[in-house]
Amino acid sequence: MSASNSAIQVSGDDHPREQLESAVVRFAGDSGDGMQLTGGQFTLATALSGNDLATFPDFPAEIRAPVGTTFGVSSFQINFGARTIKTSGDAFDVLIAMNPAALKVEIDNLKPGGMLVVDTGSFNERNLRKAGYEKNPLEDTSLDKFKLTTLDISKMTIEAVSEFGLSNKEALRCKNLWTLGYVYWIFGRDREPTVKWLKQKFAKRTDIAGANIAALNAGHALGETSEAADGFQGFTINPAKIEPGLYRTVTGAEALTWGMVAGANLAGLKMQFCSYPITPASQVLHYMSRMPENGVSTFQAEDEIAAVCAAIGASWAGSLGVTSSSGPGVALKGEAIGLAVGAEIPLVILNVQRAGPSTGLPTKTEQSDLFQAVYGRNADSPLAVLAASSPADCFATAIEAVRIAVKYMTPVILLSDGYIGNASEPWKIPDIESITPFPVKHETNPEGFHPFKRDNKTLARAWAIPGTPEMQHRIGGIERNYNSGHISYEPENHQKMTDTRAAKIAGIANDIPLQTVDSGPSKGRIAVLGWGSTYGPINRAVSALLEEGHEVAHIHLRHIMPLPTNLGDLLANYDSVIIPEMNNGQLITIIRDRYLIDAQGVNKVSGQPFKISELVDAIRTRLEK
Amino acid sequence: MNVVTPAAALTAKDFATDQEVRWCPGCGDYAILKAVQKTLADENVSIEKTVFVSGIGCAARFPYYMNTYGFHTIHGRAPSFATGIKLANPELDVWVVSGDGDSLSIGGNHLMHLLRRNTNVQYLLFNNEIYGLTKGQYSPTSRVGTLSPSTPRGSVEQPVSAASLALGAGGRFIARSIDNMQKHLTPVLQRAHRHIGTSFVEIFQNCIVYNDGAFTGFTAKESAANNQLHLEHGKPMIFGKEGSRGIRIKPNSLELEAVTVGDKGFAESDILIHDETNRVLATMLAAMEPPNMPVALGVLYCDPKPTHEQALQDNHAMAAAPGNIHDLGKLLKSGETWTVSA
Repeated sequence: MSASNSAIQVSGDDHPREQLESAVVRFAGDSGDGMQLTGGQFTLATALSGNDLATFPDFPAEIRAPVGTTFGVSSFQINFGARTIKTSGDAFDVLIAMNPAALKVEIDNLKPGGMLVVDTGSFNERNLRKAGYEKNPLEDTSLDKFKLTTLDISKMTIEAVSEFGLSNKEALRCKNLWTLGYVYWIFGRDREPTVKWLKQKFAKRTDIAGANIAALNAGHALGETSEAADGFQGFTINPAKIEPGLYRTVTGAEALTWGMVAGANLAGLKMQFCSYPITPASQVLHYMSRMPENGVSTFQAEDEIAAVCAAIGASWAGSLGVTSSSGPGVALKGEAIGLAVGAEIPLVILNVQRAGPSTGLPTKTEQSDLFQAVYGRNADSPLAVLAASSPADCFATAIEAVRIAVKYMTPVILLSDGYIGNASEPWKIPDIESITPFPVKHETNPEGFHPFKRDNKTLARAWAIPGTPEMQHRIGGIERNYNSGHISYEPENHQKMTDTRAAKIAGIANDIPLQTVDSGPSKGRIAVLGWGSTYGPINRAVSALLEEGHEVAHIHLRHIMPLPTNLGDLLANYDSVIIPEMNNGQLITIIRDRYLIDAQGVNKVSGQPFKISELVDAIRTRLEK
Repeated sequence: MNVVTPAAALTAKDFATDQEVRWCPGCGDYAILKAVQKTLADENVSIEKTVFVSGIGCAARFPYYMNTYGFHTIHGRAPSFATGIKLANPELDVWVVSGDGDSLSIGGNHLMHLLRRNTNVQYLLFNNEIYGLTKGQYSPTSRVGTLSPSTPRGSVEQPVSAASLALGAGGRFIARSIDNMQKHLTPVLQRAHRHIGTSFVEIFQNCIVYNDGAFTGFTAKESAANNQLHLEHGKPMIFGKEGSRGIRIKPNSLELEAVTVGDKGFAESDILIHDETNRVLATMLAAMEPPNMPVALGVLYCDPKPTHEQALQDNHAMAAAPGNIHDLGKLLKSGETWTVSA
């Protein structure tokens, strides 16, 4: 807890609370304990109370891993505060452990002095053994450095819901709502939005709704009645200073979906979304499938290849073809993406990256598909690559991906990752009316037409679509004649077409914003260059070092292929460049290759996002050199 | 498909491009190209709404020779491109042209799903039982013992029956013809074109270079009559030089057998009447092969059901009823929101 005035109690209240500037809370339990749902509700209540926040859902790949095991632990982390929040936080101020396995997995990241809430009802011999505890940690001194609150949540939940006549199993399912009620009390949150949500969710099972509401209220009531006994009165965190406007919370998957829809609307095209389920990208498919009213037709194909091919077919026929996947699926799509490069067809490929290679860690995050995006096809097959830096940033990045795809008749790969996809943050709802549209005009004039007739400025070829009179043409994967689009095996023509495809993508650099410095000086000792979801940790780490008076700047890329035209000059303004990445060094290779600079990497591939402290330490080491 | 526009009478030539056709001299593909062009002219289709999609292989060059819209894609995936095209614009009249390798090896998965979804396209499978473009390796329809560069001692794998596979995948229109039988092929293509749903047509096509004569057992002049059964809905399954051979159900079995009317007491009344809506019968007809049985040609099965794209449109229209918000701006502002004041 970064307590601004931790000694001062808020006065003028019958229940004075300790005031904090920010807090990191981690809910941890079994996969079946409903921790993601609990975290989601707590996020909403926290957003509604005016705090800034960032979340990090962290769950296993198994849907229902064996109960009580450490590998079945599902967690949800939220960092919220009265100040600007950019990451889901490093160490926890409050840990809720629903069983021994959750305690075992998470305890090392609880701050000394942090608050630990455990459900003693689940600390039986069987669960302790499954978690690998030889003796009960609640009964020895191992947890003495924490502020331990032991509650028999299981028992109290069953008592709270007794009037609803549920089975023991069903009653125990309300444990998470009881816990949520208690945590609501800790932070003085309003229960009403959750009550409303429960009534809506269980409209057809009023007994379940009632039981959950009773559990929520009982957890809250326990906090209120027990406060006097041990002197703990809960915390209060004032609203953050946030830009005025209308807000909602948004996950990366939602923002990506809505951004793509906005992009298609701005282009004046229907969207044909073709995908195949894969963790952690499936959420986008789910959200898209709810949006036929917004011009989205969704096709769940038989495999990754069929998905991308159908999207390309749809684009050729005049829609905006879009496909989504994660690394292994994008690998399968490679050949078809090459066709879209060669036949010059607009296409957006959304890659919600996960840890690899191969199946890797499907639910854990990484940003190790950058090489795949930039280089991962046979032959010289350049395309545009963009990366979103936060859940909310997915919206604007998606619109940009559509703009480039349709303006330049090219595939665009948009990189998100498992962290961005699942995490949520408050989002000032944009006024989409204020975004400049970029309507597509399909070619309809047969005069001098051929399918590879190009726009002199963008080098994009004409987009004529089947169904248009007198515009019949044939295109395909065989090299096309520069002057007619017909099949051509001419050596000079292949050289010219290869050069033209490369020039077209390189030329996009003149049509994107110049690179700006996100924070810190525009010249000086160190530039920290990032891309993707490392935005939050880099921002916080650089802010901390700037406060200490160091000459450190944060530069964050959205456009990776091509890079902004001024990036090389910008980086040259600093004595050294540090590139943190959740991979073994990919952007750094591109930057070194492109600008011949001795950039240094900070690399992490644990499936977990960077901690702020890790980056502060890494940058500080370089500063001290 | 059934896009018909009243226009000046078209001829086969209206569908030819200025591109030099690059199949080997004598290739069966020429005859199929001619039949398709004639069919389109006869059907008086709208040229601009006609689309040919192909994968990779000799057959896949087809779109370049048609003066329609055409997309020569990647190996085995033509059904997926065709699906995307139809989803984007169901008004287009889409033909997929493929070979046995493209359809049944690398693209087997997509063919199966196209058929079960019943996307409204014509699917022409040129079956020559060999890989042509890669210079003569055995294919998934090659018979056991096929000598090829990759099977110098003869192939050991059982071939797949294209029509049986298509039926098994849930295809609703299954037909067969032969490349050089223009008078048979053209009406079959016409039926395929008029059928709404995936129309699957297997065309036995002679590869003059790598598998010449693969089908002469039932296509050669002297053997055709006794080894081809030309199916017609509602007509008895009669074949043979004298028109005396027929197909009947073998008693106490679930098998067909070829018999001679007038011989061993078999009468015309014993001979089966073709019912193209009978899936079980179609399955048995698809499995017939020489020397004991004739090859079934014509429309083996035709029993329409709603198409993929129509079902999807209906589904989307249904979802439009309550709650869904058409305006993205309003959608973003729906649900739990809060206002931060200055």
